[in-house]
Amino acid sequence: MGVEGIGARVTRKEDRRFITGKGRYTDDIVLKDTTYGVFVRSPHAHAKILSIDTTAAKAAPGVIEILTGADLAGDRIGGLICGWMIHSRDGTPMKAGAHPAIAHERVRHVGDQVALVIAETKAQARDAAELVEVDYEILPAVVDPARAMDADAPLIHDVAPSNLIFDWVLGDEEATEAAFAKAAHVVELDIINNRLSPNPMEPRSAIGYYDEAEEHYDLYTTSQNPHVARLVLSAFVGIAPEHKLRVVAPDVGGGFGAKIYIYPEETACLWASKRIGGRPVKWTSDRTEAFLTDCHGRDHVTKAKLALAEDGTFLALRSDTIANIGAYMSTFSSATPTYLHGTLLSGQYVIPAIFTNVKAVYTNTTPVDAYRGAGRPEATYIVERLVETAARQLGMDPAELRRKNFIRQFPYQTPVILTYDAGDFEANLDKALAAVDYAGFPARKAEAKTRGKLRGIGFSSYIEACGIAPSQAVGSLGSGVGLWESAEVRVNPVGTVEILTGSHSHGQGHETTFAQLVNERLGIGLNNVQIVHGDTDKVQFGMGTYGSRSGAVGMSAIVKALDKVEAKAKKIAAHLMEASEADIVIEDGELKVAGTDKKLPFFQVALAAYTAHNLPAGMEPGLKESAFYDPTNFTYPAGTYICEVEVDPDTGKTEIVQFVAVDDFGRIINPMIVEGQVHGGLAQGIGQALMEGVSYDPESGQLLTGSYMDYCMPRADDVPSFKVDHVTTLCPGNPLGMKGCGEAGAIGSPPAVINAITDAIGNNNLSMPATPAKVWAAINAA
Amino acid sequence: MYQTTYHRPSTVQEAASLLASAEDVKLLAGGQTLIPTMKQRLAAPANLIDLGRIAELKGITVSGGTVTIGAGTTHAEVHTSADVKAAIPALAKLAGGIGDPHVRHLGTIGGSVANNDPAADYPSAVLGLGATVVTTKREIPADDFFAGMFTTALEEDEIIVRFVFPVPRKAAYAKFANPASRYAMTGVFVAVTGDGVRVAVTGAGSDGVFRWMDAEAALASDLSPSALDGLSLDPSGMLSDIHGDAAYRANLVKVMAKRALAALG
Amino acid sequence: MATISLTVNGKAVTATVEDRTLLVQYLRENLGLTGTHVGCDTSQCGACVILVDGRAVKACTMLAAQADGSTVTTIEGLATGDQLHPVQAAFREHHGLQCGFCTPGMIMAAVDMINRRGGALDEQTIRHELEGNICRCTGYHNIVKAIQAASAEMAGMRQAAE
Repeated sequence: MGVEGIGARVTRKEDRRFITGKGRYTDDIVLKDTTYGVFVRSPHAHAKILSIDTTAAKAAPGVIEILTGADLAGDRIGGLICGWMIHSRDGTPMKAGAHPAIAHERVRHVGDQVALVIAETKAQARDAAELVEVDYEILPAVVDPARAMDADAPLIHDVAPSNLIFDWVLGDEEATEAAFAKAAHVVELDIINNRLSPNPMEPRSAIGYYDEAEEHYDLYTTSQNPHVARLVLSAFVGIAPEHKLRVVAPDVGGGFGAKIYIYPEETACLWASKRIGGRPVKWTSDRTEAFLTDCHGRDHVTKAKLALAEDGTFLALRSDTIANIGAYMSTFSSATPTYLHGTLLSGQYVIPAIFTNVKAVYTNTTPVDAYRGAGRPEATYIVERLVETAARQLGMDPAELRRKNFIRQFPYQTPVILTYDAGDFEANLDKALAAVDYAGFPARKAEAKTRGKLRGIGFSSYIEACGIAPSQAVGSLGSGVGLWESAEVRVNPVGTVEILTGSHSHGQGHETTFAQLVNERLGIGLNNVQIVHGDTDKVQFGMGTYGSRSGAVGMSAIVKALDKVEAKAKKIAAHLMEASEADIVIEDGELKVAGTDKKLPFFQVALAAYTAHNLPAGMEPGLKESAFYDPTNFTYPAGTYICEVEVDPDTGKTEIVQFVAVDDFGRIINPMIVEGQVHGGLAQGIGQALMEGVSYDPESGQLLTGSYMDYCMPRADDVPSFKVDHVTTLCPGNPLGMKGCGEAGAIGSPPAVINAITDAIGNNNLSMPATPAKVWAAINAA
Repeated sequence: MYQTTYHRPSTVQEAASLLASAEDVKLLAGGQTLIPTMKQRLAAPANLIDLGRIAELKGITVSGGTVTIGAGTTHAEVHTSADVKAAIPALAKLAGGIGDPHVRHLGTIGGSVANNDPAADYPSAVLGLGATVVTTKREIPADDFFAGMFTTALEEDEIIVRFVFPVPRKAAYAKFANPASRYAMTGVFVAVTGDGVRVAVTGAGSDGVFRWMDAEAALASDLSPSALDGLSLDPSGMLSDIHGDAAYRANLVKVMAKRALAALG
Repeated sequence: MATISLTVNGKAVTATVEDRTLLVQYLRENLGLTGTHVGCDTSQCGACVILVDGRAVKACTMLAAQADGSTVTTIEGLATGDQLHPVQAAFREHHGLQCGFCTPGMIMAAVDMINRRGGALDEQTIRHELEGNICRCTGYHNIVKAIQAASAEMAGMRQAAE
């Protein structure tokens, strides 16, 4: 490893602009003649729109135009789509209702957009929005997924009777039930995986601009995957063909999944810009709008059970889940509770029989889609809560029960599709046990008792699947897109390098880690490498960043392109130095003839490629190569997390006194950045476990947690410093041996926290978020 | 935010006459509650009178067994005041737990008390210490000042000028913060004065800050936390929301009261 | 309309703005100082923290008119030429930022905290002092480390200067 190569803990190239206030986020961009859009949003969870009167609003100062769902329909602008087809157990396709960018005739959740007011200033637009008179006929609403299929629940989309979108199964039900029938022990749990709001700190924003002269659209947007946005807006929404639409995602202030999706506001701003004659239309969400309209995550209601033999060997697992999809099917909403969830129910364990059933339902709530972890946190929570509960029920040590059931042979085919390729689960566990000083726990618990505190310890041995899988495989499972990634490596004549990638950084540090890869391969200093991303005019194509895929998939594409660049550079060097191509090696930025002192600096080879004065016969000039990389499998990060808590029995308040995370991410490019990803994931997982929960009024469907006054975000004094360490088994499926580190923290931590609290208070009946009030009630119910 | 007209008087008298003459007015103290409320269009005063540059509203003085704090004194100033720390350390501590450092740099005691948010910290100190609220028109004893959540004895044309806090023998404040907003989910201010013990509770009561009279009676003879053991609060008078139900808050009042008593030393 | 004059990052500026204009709007929209961010509507996230007359305040919770006559420092005014402020340098060195959106407010809050409290700060103090700043990326771990390091360095610089 060089000082700037793979494995080096180098500081980030992108930081300078962020720490000096020079980052450029969407809302920072002001195009010439910008107008400002404000949406009139439904105050009701479910209602018919009887009429919309815009007369007074149109007369208000500064107002340019007011557009409604009827205008949108009149212009034949298409609705938003869900890009993953799921079939029910009876073979029928999922029942997706229409999702117009501006609601037409009916609103289905509080915050549903009803009209777009465009004015010269944002304040004028907001003033005028209040003058738009909408006459609603209020309909009954349902927000609880467990009640959505009730006979008396209101029907939200006519195409989906009983609000049931799909009734999906995975695994062998017969074998699973047979295993339960003869099991010595059965452990059962009712689980609610609480609904969360992702809350990237940068609110969403979009600027739509129609250039009348070029008949061309530009969209600046807070997106994790601008190319996918362009594809959907072209092919499905029908704004413009792809060559007439540029999508730019500049600096993006966090995503966590919430900025994967193609949102109504993007369509509306693009369409509106053309309607008003080509002035840019800019919309920026405020935080209240973000709570109402950014896709939420989780929201599963599950019955789960685990069958064990007398000695604690796992025999079978079953879960039956109702997944809340919200009022509309968001872009990947169907994949999250199915193939990103059911497939992970084997955890790190040999479980011979697994069966899961997921019923996805509409409710009158904000759409639900992938949020950091996406399905895998829900699966991990089921498995790890069951395992911990089983240990308690059987009187076994929770670490040893896990160890007894760990998978040890790889590759391992689970009963739920996935083939785990590599791992050393026992090494993760042992390292975590040592780091937490497990042997010392009883003494610490006793000491805490003298201070009136209840101390508990909880485990979670998670596995997740990320990178997302081979395109052919996901296609066969219903994905509408391939899940490869592309890269282009442009070597300039002076030897500097530009990497064009379809991955998108919104905090992950690609500008640094991708440059480290180039440094490792070509010996070029990080300052001579530029990472270009987030602009469909610059970058060939890409699938974006989510599912912890930028390293395992995005960097693999760069590796493939670099292979081609190296091969060509070697050919040129061999020609110039009159050596055999096979003898050329690249070291420290030089092309050397092995075993001799002949060498050429890389930049001279690059220059030679472009002057083309002396190239091998028949070779094209230039040194620029591109590649597409399609993954061969998911990658499987896994680890063991141990959480130690102290609970104040008088108030129910939990303090996390120790949190150990040992992860196996395969090859690590920059440990500093990887640790940062783990820290952030842990805080979000701890947030889910202790603090965060979206809450709706069950009758009115009003959002009760619409600001930081009520939605509890983790702050600095809510979380501890983390003890983070690694075990490394390389992923055999990609050239660098990388797995993925972006989501692990959020996937693995919630069950560790709840296992610790329930251990501390001696009552296993506790749901997330384990707020002080809930914990206090659980203590007093025990 | 709706359109508004901003006024910045430089004396209390000027502010008072503006208040008397203008229609639809709100007084802007530190603005840390009012401005967010206006931003969300939940308040729409046609006129805003900024009290932030009025020198007479600022400052802290200690004399003759009282601490006098100008209504325009910020939480940060009260928190860091050597005089307050020496005379009523519980008050300095309370001020240091309001909002966050940035809010404390602008938010004022006068603004907080006049707003009488049921989850604000200061009302418990004003009531618990039996302070006097001095306005442009009169002096109002704390026991007569608070009139239910977001409601006070203040008249529309009246401005709080200062607070006069009698220095207690000892006092303590114990707060259990709402995990989301960090306002008091329950805050209990206990003061021991020459006239007896006062226990004021904020954050928990459905009618705003209140004195827990049963506790005061129990503590009259025994100033230890265990004196409250036999007491309980009626949950029917407690707030109930997604962060905690009434029973939980009733418990918190007792727990926080005991912690304040333990902190009395 | 209100006419205001103030000093922003060392430069005198004068403007006429609507009375309802927030200080953060004035900085971002009139002066183009887009390093100060808006992340919430309820004065809690702290992405907009700047220094007004040397004290950290939330620029989203102050009218531009209220700042008339004041001296304002934003994230853009913190470095001296190419020389980063020690807090800026520490955030980079300790990976105290990921997406960068909360970062300007975090850095300004940290500068204020260190100026106010002086000396090398411990973890507990820093975590408590960060009550008014929300970060969704870092889990705070490296922000705390960065502020700890910066506070120690600045305490050392002060000592050396004395």
